[in-house]
Amino acid sequence: MTEIFWLIPFLPLLSSFILAIFGRTLPKKYISFQACLAVFASFIISVISFFGLLKISQESYPLIKSLFTWIASGSFTINFSLQFDPLSAVMAMVVSGVGFIIHVYSVGYMDKDKGYSRYFTYLNLFTFAMLLLVMSSNIVLMFVGWEGVGLCSYLLIGFWFEKDSAANAGKKAFIVTRIGDLGFLLGIFFIFVHIGSAEFTAINQAISGGAVTQGLATLIALLLFMGAVGKSAQIPLYVWLPDAMEGPTPVSALIHAATMVTAGVYMVCRMNLLYTLSGTAALVVGVIGAVTAVYAATMALTQNDIKRVLAYSTISQIGYMFIGCGVGAYSAGMFHLYTHAFFKSLLFLSAGSVMHALSGELDMRKMGGLRKYLPFTYPAFLIGAIAIAGVPFLSGFFSKDAILTQAFANKQYFIWILGVLGAILTAFYMFRLIFLTFQGEERLEPEAKEHLHESPPVMTIPLGILAFFSIIAGFIGVPAVFGEKLNWFNKFLEPVMRPGHEVHLSIQTEWLLIIISVAVALFGIYLAYIFYIKKPQTPHQLNAKFPYVYKLLYNKYYVDEIYNAVFVKPVVRGSEIVYDNFDLKVIDGAVNGSASVTGLSGKILSYLQTGLIKDYALVFLFGVILFLGYLLF
Amino acid sequence: MNFPILSVVTFLPLAGAVFLIFVHRDRKNFLRSLALAFTLINFVLSLFLYIHFNPQTAETQFVEKGPWIGYGINYHIGIDGLSLFLVLLTTFLMPIAILSSWNYIQKKVKEYMIFMLILETGIIGVFVSFNLFLFYVFWEVTLIPMYFLIGVWGGPRRIYATLKYVLFTMLGSLLMLVAIFVLYSTYYKATGVYSFNIFDLSKLILNPNLQLWLFLAFALSFAIKVPMFPLHTWLPDAHVEAPTAGSVILAAILLKMGAYGFLRFGLPLFPDAVMKLLPVLAVLSLIGIIYGGLMALIQKDIKSLVAYSSVSHMGLIMLAIFSLNIEAIEGAIYQMLNHGLSTGALFLIVGILYERAHTRQIKDFGGVSSQMPVFSAFFLICMLSSIGLPGLNGFIGEILCIFGIFKTSKLLAILGISTVILAAAYLLWMFQRVMQGPIKNEKIYSFTDINKREISYLVPIVIMMFWMGIYPRPFLKRMDHSVSDLLNKVNRKERIFIQAEEDKKALTEVNNLINTEKNKEMEEEAK
Amino acid sequence: MIPGSYFFILSVILFILGVIAFFVKRDLITQFLSIEVMLNAGNLAFIAFARALNSLHGQVIVFFIITVAAAEAAVGLAIILLIFRQKKTIKSEDMNLMKG
Repeated sequence: MTEIFWLIPFLPLLSSFILAIFGRTLPKKYISFQACLAVFASFIISVISFFGLLKISQESYPLIKSLFTWIASGSFTINFSLQFDPLSAVMAMVVSGVGFIIHVYSVGYMDKDKGYSRYFTYLNLFTFAMLLLVMSSNIVLMFVGWEGVGLCSYLLIGFWFEKDSAANAGKKAFIVTRIGDLGFLLGIFFIFVHIGSAEFTAINQAISGGAVTQGLATLIALLLFMGAVGKSAQIPLYVWLPDAMEGPTPVSALIHAATMVTAGVYMVCRMNLLYTLSGTAALVVGVIGAVTAVYAATMALTQNDIKRVLAYSTISQIGYMFIGCGVGAYSAGMFHLYTHAFFKSLLFLSAGSVMHALSGELDMRKMGGLRKYLPFTYPAFLIGAIAIAGVPFLSGFFSKDAILTQAFANKQYFIWILGVLGAILTAFYMFRLIFLTFQGEERLEPEAKEHLHESPPVMTIPLGILAFFSIIAGFIGVPAVFGEKLNWFNKFLEPVMRPGHEVHLSIQTEWLLIIISVAVALFGIYLAYIFYIKKPQTPHQLNAKFPYVYKLLYNKYYVDEIYNAVFVKPVVRGSEIVYDNFDLKVIDGAVNGSASVTGLSGKILSYLQTGLIKDYALVFLFGVILFLGYLLF
Repeated sequence: MNFPILSVVTFLPLAGAVFLIFVHRDRKNFLRSLALAFTLINFVLSLFLYIHFNPQTAETQFVEKGPWIGYGINYHIGIDGLSLFLVLLTTFLMPIAILSSWNYIQKKVKEYMIFMLILETGIIGVFVSFNLFLFYVFWEVTLIPMYFLIGVWGGPRRIYATLKYVLFTMLGSLLMLVAIFVLYSTYYKATGVYSFNIFDLSKLILNPNLQLWLFLAFALSFAIKVPMFPLHTWLPDAHVEAPTAGSVILAAILLKMGAYGFLRFGLPLFPDAVMKLLPVLAVLSLIGIIYGGLMALIQKDIKSLVAYSSVSHMGLIMLAIFSLNIEAIEGAIYQMLNHGLSTGALFLIVGILYERAHTRQIKDFGGVSSQMPVFSAFFLICMLSSIGLPGLNGFIGEILCIFGIFKTSKLLAILGISTVILAAAYLLWMFQRVMQGPIKNEKIYSFTDINKREISYLVPIVIMMFWMGIYPRPFLKRMDHSVSDLLNKVNRKERIFIQAEEDKKALTEVNNLINTEKNKEMEEEAK
Repeated sequence: MIPGSYFFILSVILFILGVIAFFVKRDLITQFLSIEVMLNAGNLAFIAFARALNSLHGQVIVFFIITVAAAEAAVGLAIILLIFRQKKTIKSEDMNLMKG
């Protein structure tokens, strides 16, 4: 049964294709049915293939299905082939599973939208591209998926293209991630030229066979990581993600939280041998991850837009995943990716439910006290927040703890401290969000209050499912202190990510670390409680005391403005100057100038042409005399 | 095969043009459909070339030879992996170009269609000629109909644009003519045989100095056509003023003649000169890539934006050609086809917009998507193809080109890859300002979505884009042998040595001729 | 017997007179006549050569010239007549349509 795994990506593609061509004439019910069914079928096949994978021996990993030769030119040969191994299996299940839930949710959320079929076309296409990304057996095909998800992200962010801000955000996302992709492409070329193949198995063989020097490994790893920085919204290319919230909320949940933005993490895990070999590159990954984790969290502190807080939180959490990869704990990074997919999409969908209830309101200053109006959304949101804050026994706790423990164990204390700091901030801003939205006094607009209603079941049931998984998903990877054998997740991924860097700590140290992370989580929540429930005036007092800090954070460190002033404006202005002066004046000037010089000389010479026969005769006579003179003397 | 299929494909449009002369000028629809029929039949005939093409050999196929004027001036046509797809591209785009001008051209329909058909013969002739003289004749033949297409059916500054186009091209091609004759006489001196056959001529080992001069003359002519920086300024003017179909053919096919010229003549005839000038050519191509991209970014007219994007794309193609390895050159040929499709399609799209709005200024548009959703989808696909998104044709060509460049020079590849970002930036920005956002102009409310005729000519292009992006094997396979054969020639692996007389006379001759030609040019321009 | 050189001198004098007349006079008819004078100076030179060299070739050429000159005179006068009809003048200064 596992042979059919190659169908996984193509079912959504087929559905997307049908919707693209006939979508405008099909009834809505059918559209949503087909779109959801395709993704659900992919999910089922992923699960079946996953169990098939468990049955067969590890030596036969990865399963490879080569469909056809895609590009063949000289030494550049790329097969269109898919592979299935534990890493792909986890990703495929997460993508199709979470994707399916979000498809269902979208049925309710997008119900009134006039671009219904277009929406599902894009969403299906996205699922295809993401599945292709995680299942391709070579890096070029992975790049195809990589660009494909970028395209869908562009289309879906700009879904409501009538709004300038949405159109802008889509374009920005595409271009900024493309800057990273440039590095990715160069990385691919280096691999091709030096290793001679783009297949992951061949690359891994070359690395473990010692065919790759450390310097080369560092170069390739950093170039590939450039792509990851763009796609996974890390410093310095994170700027597109907060703006991406212009898209429909389910899109933010699926693409900009659960799946696409984690593609960078997946890629680093896929190439883990390379990063381990390089060392330097791994350190860079870890440091960028750690700095981003804290940096993004600080920006989340002051935002008032509910989705933007979640966006910064996503950036920060992906930073954690990179910390995991950077310290060599790839499976811990993957584990966080997997739990994050659940609780972050839960948070986004709950936020969507809040927006739905308030007719599209995003500003938390106009919310508050929603607890009693949204009896289902509130607990769902709360579960998500607890999970992300790292309160024990929810999924986020296990994964974040695994990362921080590994960071400590690998003696990356600087990274560890940043991670802990980020954890406090995470707990704080998440509960700030909860308190401002659901607790405290009501600050609703009167007309918003009139329409206030809980979302329909088609939206709340997905919330329930995700909430359930946010609670239990962590139990497949419990820390070693509770028993060596219990960490099933690590074991499962072992064939792909050879351990070796997973240093084991003593039981006491590990307990200490767990206690610290629990303590910071609770501390953060407590702080938020003091700030926003007990003494609601504290934030204002702080603002008054440190106005510059607040302003800096609120304006996101002015990074957008700086990028604009440093990169965008000079390029556009410079091009204009060059166009006006060089193209129009120098080149065209030379062209038109030579034309007018010729014209002018013709004009001057034409005065010789008087039209009077006598003048011609005179010249003629003169010529004859000269000629005779020449003959005679 | 005994049936002279290639000659038929080449001259059928000309026959059509003659036929059209006898149709009364008021029967416009009959004229249009006749022209369409001729180009369509020609396309179907050209498919036989594709089907019967043998991908296993580098030999020229469908060869037809016949005496013509004598003294080496013979009729000699054929097809190989370098030219097959360019011929197909021409026959494929011609019916589309005619369909696109169905309503746009209202005055002098008869002459328009006749010129289009003559143009098709000229272009195909350029791609199939293996006799330098014949090639030159076709090369010049393409100039005349294009001159009139821009000059008669063009925009307000059409006379300036068309004169600029013709004079630019003439400057190059006259120098090429001189070089052709010098080559011819050198061959005659070396062997005692008159020949314009490029296979014969490419066996010559020329004095490096002479080679340099001859190559410069050829290269100038081709570089103007491509166009390479800094010889590109005729292109935006010609595009902006040309009617839609004119722009389509100009961008999609005529520019390819320059790049094809380098592949067919420049590289195999003058390999030493190419090697010597390689750095200069590569740097100019690279500047073209970046410069074209930056200029496209700030254009206010959609058509000149697309025109500058052509400069950038052609820069990449040229850089790939000068990388001289198999991936790069196959990528370059592939990218020529892609550029033909995607830029051709973009010009068609601009034409569709223009027919509705009667303006091409970006600032006059905004929010067109909500009025024209189907059109918007086509626009999006064509734009993405031009950006080089995987799954569409542009990606295959771009990745092969850049990979090939990378193999030759990492630095050039790193700089050249900036096209990836620049293309995304200028096209997406333009798309956003034209198609997205709120509707800013009252006129846009009156726009109707594209009609069946417009869909019917966009659909084939889009299908080709997907096909070439998803399954490029059939294309690459047919280029393989010819490209490696070309590389062997450039690397002198298969050359038979015929030592030309090492005479300095020839060199001075060239110098003199070049000088006199320059004077002639001056007179040309004066007129 | 008159020396041969006299004929030549006469022919040169005639020719120079014709040239001078061509440049001095302004109406087309007189200019036309001065051209005829130059022509006949040429004829005279031919005949003189024929005599000096004792060959008939020169004589034959003169006949040709006379016939051609007759035709030329007819065409030329016709042109002048037509110009006069159109422009009401035969001053050569007024004929400058070919001015650049």
